Amino acid sequence: MHVIVCVKQVPDTTNVRINPETNTLIREGVESIINPYDEYALEEALKLKDKHGARVTVISMGPPQADIVLREAMARGADDGVLLTDRAFAGADTWATSYAIAQAIKKINPNPDLVFFGKQAIDGDTAQVGPGVSEFLNCTLITYVQALEVKGDTFIVETHMDEGTDVIEGKLPAVMTVVKEASTPRFASLGGWMIAKKAAIPKWGAKDVNAEPALCGLNGSPTKVVKIFAPPVKTGGMRMDGREEPKAAVEAIIKLLQDKGVA
Amino acid sequence: MSDAPIIIDPVLCKGCKKCITACPFDALEMQGKLAVLKPEECRACNACVKVCPFKAISSAPEKTDSNPTGLAAFKDIWVFAEQHEGKVQEVAYELLSTGRRLAKERGCDLAAVVLGHNIKDSASHLIAAGADRVYIVDQPELAAYEADVYSDALHQLIAKYKPEVILAGATAIGRAFIAKVAVRAHTGLTADCTALSIDKETYLLHQTRPAFGGNIMATIMTPNHRPQMATVRPKVFKMAAPDAKRTGETLIETLKLITARTKIIKAEHSASTLNIAEAEIIIAGGRGLKKAENMEMLSTLAKLIGGVVGVSRACVDAGWTTAARQVGQTGKTVCPKIYIAIGISGAIQHLEGMRASDTIIAINSDPNAPIFGVADLGIVGDLFEIVPLLIDALESKS
Repeated sequence: MHVIVCVKQVPDTTNVRINPETNTLIREGVESIINPYDEYALEEALKLKDKHGARVTVISMGPPQADIVLREAMARGADDGVLLTDRAFAGADTWATSYAIAQAIKKINPNPDLVFFGKQAIDGDTAQVGPGVSEFLNCTLITYVQALEVKGDTFIVETHMDEGTDVIEGKLPAVMTVVKEASTPRFASLGGWMIAKKAAIPKWGAKDVNAEPALCGLNGSPTKVVKIFAPPVKTGGMRMDGREEPKAAVEAIIKLLQDKGVA
Repeated sequence: MSDAPIIIDPVLCKGCKKCITACPFDALEMQGKLAVLKPEECRACNACVKVCPFKAISSAPEKTDSNPTGLAAFKDIWVFAEQHEGKVQEVAYELLSTGRRLAKERGCDLAAVVLGHNIKDSASHLIAAGADRVYIVDQPELAAYEADVYSDALHQLIAKYKPEVILAGATAIGRAFIAKVAVRAHTGLTADCTALSIDKETYLLHQTRPAFGGNIMATIMTPNHRPQMATVRPKVFKMAAPDAKRTGETLIETLKLITARTKIIKAEHSASTLNIAEAEIIIAGGRGLKKAENMEMLSTLAKLIGGVVGVSRACVDAGWTTAARQVGQTGKTVCPKIYIAIGISGAIQHLEGMRASDTIIAINSDPNAPIFGVADLGIVGDLFEIVPLLIDALESKS
């Protein structure tokens, strides 16, 4: 069994701000982390390694220094890693990203048993790349997986839907996106880090994965960002000091509730 | 027939050269006494058509019709109307009310698309909600959602009718197969839009969405691919009141669909599943509650005024309650009539999920908490003092 996990290096989004004068991202001092949802995806793959001896390959697309997220995944137990990195991939939207990752997967193994993604990445929050890759690979897509069993070439999954859960049966291969409810990701061991630090991680560019330049990066992206800006600041309504006059504050709340037809 | 985008009638042309001056692209030249088009330069802007005093120049609509990849062949705005067990989801009606405005700005029709089984009744509701046309694919293969089959159905309709814009709810289902369809149609898809408008000059759909956890807003377009696709989370747009007098057309499509590769063997959908996105009154607590036991205050208050309990991410991370109650970017977007934020400072991720609420009341000890920026009534104070007083006052009333 060969399982591929796609992981993304993301900025710790809580600290990303915009420079209001230039409308550009301020990235200084923002720490890069492995996308938290991808940790659950990795954990599902590692469980298959524990149980069925699956080989786990992690891939990421990003700047050359994004190899650190692959090393972190390998420290937790992934067997090997590949970094897709090329100026040609810069500015890719979800279409062009899905294309590049699908090309890389085809090179790693044209017939992987499973490809895992986190349900979404916390920087873009689109949840589109996993489904997009399933389309390029012409592969079964299962989203929001919270439990997975594999027996032979059959899988049974439980998915986390808006109104409850679905239990779905299908045949491998499949692309799956994984939710937080699936598990608690394991930690990396010290021994794992020792191996991962020294591991050779191939860096592939567009040519290495036979990607058409016209379909990569900014050129290959159907969507174009017209502008970025800071979210509008709302000015609040009435303000009361509940420390000095708590009773008056409570009366104001009740009056407002009554005005709105409540209480 | 020439495949030039502009046709110049050599009989009507009098060689006045007005078109030569009017063309912004130098795509016309004089050959003898006649204006002649350089097709490779022409952008079909029709500036020459407008200035010709002799009506010798006309645009060639055949060009776009005979070229299915031409962008001009795509028209109308579609809303994917997701249904569960025959019931169209509210987000579809919310999108139709926004779609109505966009169709007016674009000067086109608004259509709804329903995929499912035994769903023909939905058409009248969708028309009342703003659709000029409803495409229905009513087949047993579509009874339950399956990514491959749903993608196949929607893609076949796109290939046949060529909509210019498709809007869908960013639900568990919408977020999954719509992304497959966008890849198959080789077009752009923008997730979780919070504002949509038609650009007055280019007529392109401007799609605005938060990124980086809501700290940044981005406006995105899909200039050269069609349809322009966008998803919108439930409750981001408001639903308009239905108009039963509206009329529209219903088209029943029968499609030859691919066979599903997976099957649902059990579905546990409980109607009682908590859905805070549907609540009209939300009493939300945050980190300021300090410990799990203090969540009790929220439920007491919620019972008194008929609301449900919501929380900020901090409470879920602390393990005080389940993610189903979380409001914000990574939780649910809500838009209740009344939102009471107790001990929530108002990180941008939280504000993005609740700022559309009709009335917001905030209680927080920090006078500089961002939550006060969106509150209609902000109480700076100790929640452990204010909330019990509020509960007492409400109890004495009832």
